[in-house]
Amino acid sequence: MALDTAKVSVLLYGLEKLLRLTARRHPSFAARLKEKDLVAHVRLRDGTQGRTFTFEGGVVRSRAGIHGDPQVVLSFETAAIAARLLDPRRSQLDFVSAAKTFQMEALGDDENVVWLSQTLNMLASIGTEYGVDAGNGVRRFTSNTNGGVVFVYVKDGKILRITPIELAAEDAEGWSVEARGKSFSPPRKSTVNAHTLAWKSLVYSPDRLLTPMKRVDFDPDGERNPQNRGTSGYVRISWDEALDLVAKEIQRVKQQHGPGAILNGSGSHHTWGALGYWLSARLRFFNNVGWTPVAHNPDSWEGWYWGAAHHWGQSARNGGGETYNTVEDLLQNCEMVVFWSSDPEATSGVYGAHDGTVRRQWLKELGIPLVHIDPYYNHTAALFGGKWIAPRPGSDSAMVLAIAHVWMTEGLYDKSYVAERTVGFDKWKSYVLGEDDGIPKTPEWQEKETGVPAKDLRALAREWGTKKTYLAAGGIIGFGGACRTANGIDWARGMVCLMGMQGLGKPGVNMGCLQQGTPVDTRFYFPGYSEGGFSGDLAGTAAAVNVYPRMPMAPSMNSVQQMIPRLKIPEAVVDGACDGYPTDPRTIEGQFFRFQYPSPGHSKVKLYYKYGGSHIGTMTETNRFARMYRTDALEFVVNQSIWLEGEAKFADVILPACTNFERWDISELANCGGYIHHAFTQMNHRIAVLQHKCIEPLGESKSDFQIFLDLAKRLGIGMAFSEGSSELDWCRRYFDATDLPKAISWEEFAKKGYYVIPPLPANRRDPVSYRWFAEGRAKDTPELTPLPGDYTHGFRNGLQTQTGKIEFESSSLKRFDPDDPERAPILKYVPSWEGPHATELYAKYPLQLVSPHPRFTFHTQSDGKESFVNDITDHRTRIGGRDWWIVRLNPADAAARGVADRDLVTVFNDRGAVVCAAQLTGRVGPGTVHSYESCAVYDPAGEPGRSADRGGCINILTPSRMQIKKSHSIAAMSCLVEIRKATEEEVAP
Amino acid sequence: MTAAGTWRFLIDVAKCEDCNNCLLACKDEHVGNHWPGVTLPQPRRGARWMNVVRKERGQYPHVDVAYRPTPCQHCADAPCVAASGGAIARRPDGIVLIDPDKAKGRRDLVESCPYGAIDWNEELSVPQKCTLCAHLLDTGWKEPRCVQSCPTGALKVVRLDDAEAARLATTEGLLPLHPEHGTKPTALYRSLARFEKCFVAGSVAAETNGVVDCVAGANVTLSRGAEVVATATTDAFGDFKLDGLEEGSGRYALAVSGPAGRGIRLEVEVTTSVSLGVVPI
Repeated sequence: MALDTAKVSVLLYGLEKLLRLTARRHPSFAARLKEKDLVAHVRLRDGTQGRTFTFEGGVVRSRAGIHGDPQVVLSFETAAIAARLLDPRRSQLDFVSAAKTFQMEALGDDENVVWLSQTLNMLASIGTEYGVDAGNGVRRFTSNTNGGVVFVYVKDGKILRITPIELAAEDAEGWSVEARGKSFSPPRKSTVNAHTLAWKSLVYSPDRLLTPMKRVDFDPDGERNPQNRGTSGYVRISWDEALDLVAKEIQRVKQQHGPGAILNGSGSHHTWGALGYWLSARLRFFNNVGWTPVAHNPDSWEGWYWGAAHHWGQSARNGGGETYNTVEDLLQNCEMVVFWSSDPEATSGVYGAHDGTVRRQWLKELGIPLVHIDPYYNHTAALFGGKWIAPRPGSDSAMVLAIAHVWMTEGLYDKSYVAERTVGFDKWKSYVLGEDDGIPKTPEWQEKETGVPAKDLRALAREWGTKKTYLAAGGIIGFGGACRTANGIDWARGMVCLMGMQGLGKPGVNMGCLQQGTPVDTRFYFPGYSEGGFSGDLAGTAAAVNVYPRMPMAPSMNSVQQMIPRLKIPEAVVDGACDGYPTDPRTIEGQFFRFQYPSPGHSKVKLYYKYGGSHIGTMTETNRFARMYRTDALEFVVNQSIWLEGEAKFADVILPACTNFERWDISELANCGGYIHHAFTQMNHRIAVLQHKCIEPLGESKSDFQIFLDLAKRLGIGMAFSEGSSELDWCRRYFDATDLPKAISWEEFAKKGYYVIPPLPANRRDPVSYRWFAEGRAKDTPELTPLPGDYTHGFRNGLQTQTGKIEFESSSLKRFDPDDPERAPILKYVPSWEGPHATELYAKYPLQLVSPHPRFTFHTQSDGKESFVNDITDHRTRIGGRDWWIVRLNPADAAARGVADRDLVTVFNDRGAVVCAAQLTGRVGPGTVHSYESCAVYDPAGEPGRSADRGGCINILTPSRMQIKKSHSIAAMSCLVEIRKATEEEVAP
Repeated sequence: MTAAGTWRFLIDVAKCEDCNNCLLACKDEHVGNHWPGVTLPQPRRGARWMNVVRKERGQYPHVDVAYRPTPCQHCADAPCVAASGGAIARRPDGIVLIDPDKAKGRRDLVESCPYGAIDWNEELSVPQKCTLCAHLLDTGWKEPRCVQSCPTGALKVVRLDDAEAARLATTEGLLPLHPEHGTKPTALYRSLARFEKCFVAGSVAAETNGVVDCVAGANVTLSRGAEVVATATTDAFGDFKLDGLEEGSGRYALAVSGPAGRGIRLEVEVTTSVSLGVVPI
């Protein structure tokens, strides 16, 4: 006891000396001390011991005892506790636990408490070297993006260049795969996407928001003029004014309306970084405010989540599949690859940059035949060749049934596998053969639906049925394309059914296209962004699994039990009511819990705090969003955005955020975790990165963290939000939570900026996905899910389905709604509700528009904004000084409409009109037109929400209807349009 | 490779997928950056020092697409050098550079390049083009930015003297782009045929007992008079593609012979790539 008292005295005395010494050594710390004058007491709660610290004019003084009137009090319950927690070698768990049990308290105004806490933390970090001297005054930093890890060369506070990372000699040796007498190993460098190389133009974009802004005719104390949102223009305001205004509105709305009145939502993606990501800082802030979240639909996974999961489980992956070590298996054993709605050369496995491209070149080197099923002759087909089969959009499930028909009638399937590893086959077989409805699903039958010649279908089925085949369904296993059609649920479950017939998991019979499944070390722990960074959100992220116990912190939890389905935001806001189904990947049944908005006893939303401006480009029937903003249903709209674009232009107040190049963060290449568990198996090298703050934030912009912290301090939740840690402190805490400290020191990591996680030796590589299942063994792949309770036959025995098998007839759908005509327990053909079967509409709008994820941008990121990407000729077409979005159509359709290549045309239907530049191409058949979604620019020719868009937001045209009623699912790829030459008015500047 | 040779692009058209990393890396390196002695900054928008040109061949459903990265060819006999009156020069290592001071206002130089590789920088009033990132190569970089960021190996640079380059071209079947311009371009291309030649494609099918099926293994011959120009065997989908034909080369005879003595003979007029659709036998 006396010893503890003495130790506390020494530590506190030493603290003053350390502060003074650090200020002498480090000018930046001296400057920090000059920021504030304050008195702080560090004391025991009972006042029996303490020391008074005075910060004045940059000088720190202290004396024993508790004197004067303090602005900050750090109070400890006992000397023993103080002795432990004041020790620089303290454990973070101990520290957080003491705070949570009130054994330690930080009292005072948030502004002062957070300042003091961050200042004390700086003692540990100051003097660390970040980045490498590249000569001539250039420093080489590291960062990470949605399209790859990069070196960032900086001179005089300005980014010179951004390049891929070339591995150094000391970095871990790569892996190699031996296959068919050849040895394959990837190059020792990282790859990047075009949108990553565009970052310099995005950082220094003329559309950057450099100051807070207020709509000119918005007066929070008078006329708010919501009807003018989107047209009335902005005036620059100071940060203090902006933060005061936003904080006051948050406070007002909470006071006047109670829980639930604050709505926040983001795009599906953000600038990269585990701490700055939308699942981290944003959640921690809003959980501490209390908010109605926008519930995301499983976006690019729709059919897999709402369909495939019912037949093979994998709910934690949104219904997608395992991905382990399939690169080796494919190269060694596979005889054919079928790409079905799969264009990895355009979609890059979401975050996989071009790492998969080199591996697919090996595919070509081995002469493995390829088939591409896609209404568009896509970029993967163009690069690697093979047979192109182009079904009408939304008819894929008819092809599935006909393939099964050929296999069933010609005996081209794995009968023992079907008998032992699946259930419900006979029931499905009876439907496929037409025994119950009199319609055999023959190749000739499907031809009427799909337009695919019966002979081609038969040839495909026969090849597939006799060759060991990998099925690349979607950009990875899941993702994009056909799963976003009106019957995407049927296509996705059809993929599972076909694999169930061919023996999923047998050598050479699996899913993928070398996009995933490299033999990297999956056992080295580094969390993906879905683990929630420092959010502490145990319900809304995967934090509970690993990050939370490994990175001691206070949890954050939303006190409001209300949410709005993202695809129905306009209806919820304008009509004041809607319902939805949740994206709850914990179990297969999580999706069945219909919820209603508003929740019992909760307020409707009155304040919309939007993060970024993407929805008009990325959601469906998006004139709805523009019109919503221009009603008085929302009392206040604030948008926190990097650029002035899209929806940001509808806000009352805009808060300028900075990019990841202007803040600290930490992350791993392509590691999102969660719904793409072990997503880094897309990469040739696992690379963990300290995302240096390469330059200061441009203008007056701030990091999201800092904006939230500044608001939090005004709302009295500054410490709850930050725990007194700065962004850099959190990076260090995150680093400590990973396996990195066992491999590299913080100091070395901070300087070099990255660490290459060595691959495992060949004899310790992961087993191949589903081999365990095919061979009837316990699961041996390194996947923690499904939850133990979801196994019928004990942990890691069988699949997540009720029977533990692939279910041609789904148990979960039989339990939930066996008579749902939109989603029967077995896969049946349900024609697309927006397509040739929608007779009246089809007569009016005879072109089927497909709008896949974009190739050169990352959603809306890097489109518009005078980005370099706009110069890519297949991204936009420059005509008359404006960069027009591109619509691709067959020359026959063009001729019928008098349209020539590069003509400006209007693509339209009852939902709206979008002006595009026409590209005439044989890459789509007659009747199909193609245009990417995710345009960043919304530029209405007249009244927002009611006039043609010149920006290219093709999603203005797509249906807002759910694929099936009992879901929250996008069907953007089922869209009927007509095309005509644009009018003068529409194209006028 | 010797240190004394000429820097040359090696460009593989078959490996280019139009990812545009080359174009964007070039912009990243040059927009907003002045590299003294090499080039003034590139304008933010519009410059195409590395221009990826698209070529689509055939008609739905038999199409293919190729992309040709087309930078400055760094010609040994560069017309821009000749036209420039000393404003453009070729260094001993083969890199052709525009001197921005001497070339100021010389819009005419844009027209001097038959490859269209010179851009006009309106703001600075200078002609500009690919420098092969000379400022980087001169300071120890092994390759220019476009090559560094190319994920497929479609772009490479080597430093070879003329004799070595000629040997490489012969052994690997590399060709210069448009040698008819007579400028002795140093860049060498692989698979240019994907861009410059055309094909005849089709799907062979046969009806048996009222069912139409693809015919695999049929022999397809394209001939002109007695000369067999190209042959192919149909794949599992009955597809054939006879490639490498000259555009506008006129009439050919196409013969398909399948199993059981079934076959067909057709006349084909080749103006550009042509899809015959289904060829019934």
